[in-house]
Amino acid sequence: MEEWIIILFFVIPLFGAFVMPLTYLFSPESPKLITPVITLILLMLSLYSVICQPEQIAYSIGGWKPVDNVPIAIYLVYDGLSGFMLVIINLVAFFSSVYAIKYMEEYTGQKYFYVLMCLMIAGMNGVVLSGDLFNLFVFTEISAKSSYALVAFGVKKDELEASFKYQVLGGMASLIILFGIAMIYWQTQTLNMADISYMLQNAENNIFPVFVQLIFITGFGVKAALIPFHAWLPDAHSSAPSPISAMLSGVLIKTLGVYVIMRLYLSVFQLNESVSIVLLALGGLSMIIGVLLAFGAWDLKRLLAYSSISHIGYIITGLGIGMIMLSRGENHLAATLAFTGSLFHIANHAVFKGLLFLNAGAIEYAANTRDMKQMGGLAKFMPVTLTSSFSASMSISGMPPFSGFFSKLIIILAAVISGFYFIAGLAVIAGIITLSYFMKFQKYAFYNKPSGKSPVKEVPGLMRFSMISLAVLCLLMSVLILPGIRDGFLNPAVNTLMETTEYASKILGR
Amino acid sequence: MEGMSIIVKKIVQLISALIFVFGMYSAIHGHINPGGGFAGGVLLSGAFILLIIAYGLDYFKLKQQTEATSIFESLSILIALLIAFSGLFAGSLYFFNNYFPAGTPGSLISGGLIPIYNVLIGVKVAATLSTIFFALIIYKEEIRR
Repeated sequence: MEEWIIILFFVIPLFGAFVMPLTYLFSPESPKLITPVITLILLMLSLYSVICQPEQIAYSIGGWKPVDNVPIAIYLVYDGLSGFMLVIINLVAFFSSVYAIKYMEEYTGQKYFYVLMCLMIAGMNGVVLSGDLFNLFVFTEISAKSSYALVAFGVKKDELEASFKYQVLGGMASLIILFGIAMIYWQTQTLNMADISYMLQNAENNIFPVFVQLIFITGFGVKAALIPFHAWLPDAHSSAPSPISAMLSGVLIKTLGVYVIMRLYLSVFQLNESVSIVLLALGGLSMIIGVLLAFGAWDLKRLLAYSSISHIGYIITGLGIGMIMLSRGENHLAATLAFTGSLFHIANHAVFKGLLFLNAGAIEYAANTRDMKQMGGLAKFMPVTLTSSFSASMSISGMPPFSGFFSKLIIILAAVISGFYFIAGLAVIAGIITLSYFMKFQKYAFYNKPSGKSPVKEVPGLMRFSMISLAVLCLLMSVLILPGIRDGFLNPAVNTLMETTEYASKILGR
Repeated sequence: MEGMSIIVKKIVQLISALIFVFGMYSAIHGHINPGGGFAGGVLLSGAFILLIIAYGLDYFKLKQQTEATSIFESLSILIALLIAFSGLFAGSLYFFNNYFPAGTPGSLISGGLIPIYNVLIGVKVAATLSTIFFALIIYKEEIRR
């Protein structure tokens, strides 16, 4: 694969975002066509690069060569983990943008919607490709800022309030992250992530990186909505338009939060057992408190948003177990299992939570309500929504043939092998409660007595297309864990996480 | 919003032209002097904002101007992206490749493509800040009516 292809991942959506205000002047319908085409191209590109490029690429912008072995250019780094995240981001983005064409018709100012969506995709693709700490921050801000505006897109009272809350907390998180980056720059005199890793390996002061790691847990914890920092998520994710909720819950919190934590803590900083234990504790807390909060929710989108907190908990738990095992250096099988489960759950959660938000949007579109007590009897009128949401519900609660079962099983297995029996128990209990509240959703939305309103109609074809494709993917994703297929997609990402020092040494060549 | 007194109007007429010229100077000399595209753009939009405050909204037909500023905003970024992308075709396959001759350090025509990016950033920032200002005052006028 040509090296320069990786810049297309953020050049194309940026180009689209700024072309659309111009084409809108000639044809107001054009953004509806341009956005799905852009996301389709990005999806094809990401699949192509995963298939053709198993090795790491370090691409320097502007072509500046290292001086005395010190990299001075801004680097873009593509490796197994980046490729994995790119496929997930662009997959969910494609289906959301196809779904949005019909769904957004009742909103005003549609061109801004598509512009902001493209900017958000550009930011997320930039975050996973960036090899430079400050550029990572800038891309984080691009996608976070556009998501603030998208949450407020309905401009009603609730949406504005949710967006304001999100902006205040997100802004504080960005400030904390910037402070952490400044600390690193002060200590290492570099912002290149590979160079930082090299400098920290040879540093004498061991307490300073731990302090920065704790700062980053706060900053990126807010972006990932771990439990003490989760206050913005239920409001923001339930107020956004549904395709955007799918993007926010499906990929944004994972890219800005979980991916960055994985990249920084495993590839840049030295492994540290006490920091890993903090992550594991936060993950366990999120997992169990998230499901308990979701259990009491009656607003459908709010229920899904709380459930996202719990599933981010699963992912961080897997990551924490893997980091503890790696830093102890004794049980590499457990670490591999934990990372595999964690990454596989990222992919699965993106698909099924994206689909569930699209289902919630379809119900809102057809029956005009988000309150589960006012739904009921929809099974007769909306067969596609019924079957696709059934597939997603089974997958998210971990029923065997569906993909969610395998990722949860691997995380629980890793916990048992590593000796964290309490965490394994928590994960099982959280899984059972998840099943119970998705049964509640199925019963109240589709099978209860009809609420007495006039009969509703199934949603239009483009919305059905997105939902059916994602529902099929919920089932097909289980194939990814089979040996052979695993080597192409999951294993390169897991290997990137396992080989902690390789990241820097491959880029710097020393 | 009505205009202010004749004294303010006359002073603003004199000053805004100076501010405008200084804004252009900052943007064009961004690569050799303190300042640059962003500061220049802020000054450019400041000159317009001063005029609007002094003369009042009705003096300028503001509905059309918001359209124009958002066109300039998108166009300048598009051109910058295209120039950055054109670096790929200029020999070495690098994004943001600075393929223009570097020139003598310290003179105005130097630094390759950097002055062009600076000017484009200046246009973008000026257009964006003006758009934000127009949005705010038009919104306020609509509430008042």
